[in-house]
Amino acid sequence: MRLNPLHTPPSIDWMVVSPVLAVSVGGVLALLLAMFRPKADNTAVIWTSLLALFGAGYALVAQLPLPEASTFGDMVYRDRLGLIAQLLIVISTAVVILFSEQYLRARRIPFSEFYPLALWSSAGAMMMVSTKSLLMVFIGLEVLSIALYVMAGMAKQSNRSEESAIKYFLLGSFASAWLLLGIAYIFGTTGTLNIEAIAGAAVSDNALVRGPLLFGFSLLLIGLLFKAALAPFHQWTPDVYQGAPINVTAFMATVSKAAAVVTLLRVLNHALPLKDFFIPALTVVAMLTMIVGNIAALAQTDVKRLMGYSSIANAGYLLVAILAHVKSPDQVPVTTTLFFLVAYAATTLGLFAILTLAAKDGKEETSFADLNGLYHREPILAVCLAILSFSLIGVPPLAGFLGKFLIFQDAIVAEQLPLAVVLAITSVISIGYYLKVVRATWVDEPQGEISTRSVLPGGAKFAALACTGIVVLLMILQTPVSKFISGSGQPSAPLSASANAQPDR
Amino acid sequence: MNDVPLLVYLGIGLFMFVTGAVGVVVRRNPVVVFMCIELMLNAVNLTFLAFARYAPSPLVADKQPTWMAGQMAVIFVMAVAAAEVAVGLGIIMAIFRLKNKVDLDELSSMRG
Amino acid sequence: MANDFTPILILVGLAAIICGAMVTLSWVLGPKKVTPYKSSPYECGVTPSGSARERFPIKFYLVAMLFILFDIEVVFLWSWLTVFVDPKMGSAAADLNFQVFSFVAIMVYMLLWIIGDWYVLKIDAINWDEEAALDAAKLGTVLEPLAEGDAA
Repeated sequence: MRLNPLHTPPSIDWMVVSPVLAVSVGGVLALLLAMFRPKADNTAVIWTSLLALFGAGYALVAQLPLPEASTFGDMVYRDRLGLIAQLLIVISTAVVILFSEQYLRARRIPFSEFYPLALWSSAGAMMMVSTKSLLMVFIGLEVLSIALYVMAGMAKQSNRSEESAIKYFLLGSFASAWLLLGIAYIFGTTGTLNIEAIAGAAVSDNALVRGPLLFGFSLLLIGLLFKAALAPFHQWTPDVYQGAPINVTAFMATVSKAAAVVTLLRVLNHALPLKDFFIPALTVVAMLTMIVGNIAALAQTDVKRLMGYSSIANAGYLLVAILAHVKSPDQVPVTTTLFFLVAYAATTLGLFAILTLAAKDGKEETSFADLNGLYHREPILAVCLAILSFSLIGVPPLAGFLGKFLIFQDAIVAEQLPLAVVLAITSVISIGYYLKVVRATWVDEPQGEISTRSVLPGGAKFAALACTGIVVLLMILQTPVSKFISGSGQPSAPLSASANAQPDR
Repeated sequence: MNDVPLLVYLGIGLFMFVTGAVGVVVRRNPVVVFMCIELMLNAVNLTFLAFARYAPSPLVADKQPTWMAGQMAVIFVMAVAAAEVAVGLGIIMAIFRLKNKVDLDELSSMRG
Repeated sequence: MANDFTPILILVGLAAIICGAMVTLSWVLGPKKVTPYKSSPYECGVTPSGSARERFPIKFYLVAMLFILFDIEVVFLWSWLTVFVDPKMGSAAADLNFQVFSFVAIMVYMLLWIIGDWYVLKIDAINWDEEAALDAAKLGTVLEPLAEGDAA
């Protein structure tokens, strides 16, 4: 055995890992509380979870002005991209938890382990976006996914929930095996698990390095495309979204998507020398995703399934933003991607919060007909639902419009006209199905007895109103929000510089 | 032992991986599908170990971190695979309780 | 590629050929006469009873799940322990330093592990009595009316 002088106990910068630690330790505490909770009372569990998320959010905001840093032997990395993404994940998780309890009760799901699982899942997502190690990307992805598999199947009396769980599980682990093989080959060619080494190996003129690297990189991309639900790796999405309980679907649509998209962005950013290789391929993927997502959504009659296709389409828009950035990193900042993610997360979470109305007496009905006459029962929520749908279409004063407009602008600047055109056309197509939701709420009168609840409980109502508020106000707040995301005007670590940093080898 | 070239390990790894992938696509019993996924993960483990042992990359001068990183990766992959097994069997049990049978084709109820 | 492995390859090849030849030849050359006795699963005279596709109790799956987790725990402990007993850091002080650090780290890991096991015991997952372990109400497979707050 060799002497190993490297293995002295590392000095650990606890500040960098504190957000992930807060969330995962909060999860353990929540599990302990759930074990000993008084019968069917989850109040303490929920408050513990929210407190942990609040602590993590505080730690994240406190780190925003700090310079980039890494700890645990470069396993955890702090930069502005990671911090903002983690903040988005933490807030989305908190919103999901806000509207979960009453929904779980209405669905008769006696599963207080949902809260710890949601926390661990978002801890996995946070690990994924705050690292430059491919191994950590894999572990984060699996922590995120494995908890999600359980959550998707937590409605044990529902065939659809179990079906969605097994489909998600089998396809998800299938995809992560591909991702892992990709990581193995990248590891073989670069000799390290660090993402930054990809750029170095990519410029090598040794065919034995370049060939396996491209092989591994393609597989890595396939795994991430699957997770972000981009065509042609999107087939699982509608089934899983429709079958899983609504709060889990909301979690998947926001947290899981944000983690996958930000990781994709980071990986591509560190593989810029491979630009000529992946930009054409991903351009096709983006077009296909936007077209498939929007066209297939037109035929849907179930709101949850519709949201599945909507999330595919939105992943396509996000990919356009990413591609514009990697095509010309100097002109196009990554701010747009994050801005669109914020707008998308707010809209989707609000919509799903309203959809929790669908749960009643242990069942849930989410077809369009079940939304009929909502404006009689909950006029304010009907207005919110309309606003959120319009935001998803991209009607001007709303967040969705701004996000799409920025992406469109970026695509033009990066000279990707075809993508911009497809984006515009598919947005017009999307009017067709989002208006169906509005129509079901406002125009169609209910036939017979209404199968949904008539009053939305407080937590969900608060979540829905807050999300709608963000969606409405994001346009006015565009400048401060963009500044907050990009960190311009901050003394250190502006976003664009950090994300584009080339490794010095 | 160094007589066996790296390519043999990579070849066996890819063969196992492809076998697993074909099995996932072809088989209908979730437990078997699941075993095929495990086979794929083990193929990746073999690939990782081969890359770690041979450290073929000309880009790194110091091979020691590569040796350690590959072995560490394998341990984590095994742990992740175990967690997947536990969750997967749990889901299969839940389906079994609900329907008293498990078959992927019969399971499909959602269309569109 | 004449090296140490050539004999093994030859052996594998020979074995395959001989086995294949024995099975194929007897199948090709032998006379075929099917009788009900011969086509039954056991040719030695035992009458088969029941179906071969018998289900075995699902609780075995449960045990398998829990076993795998214990199995993997050992992988981590063992790889830590091999280094822990003799770290070879270069000096006794560095050795001790490493041992203390890694011991604390592994204890954090074990603490989380014990919490997990505690949870398993608490929800009564490892109960061999099938009636109790797979109680439908406990597993949430029936609609359990909740106490309060689920008014429609």
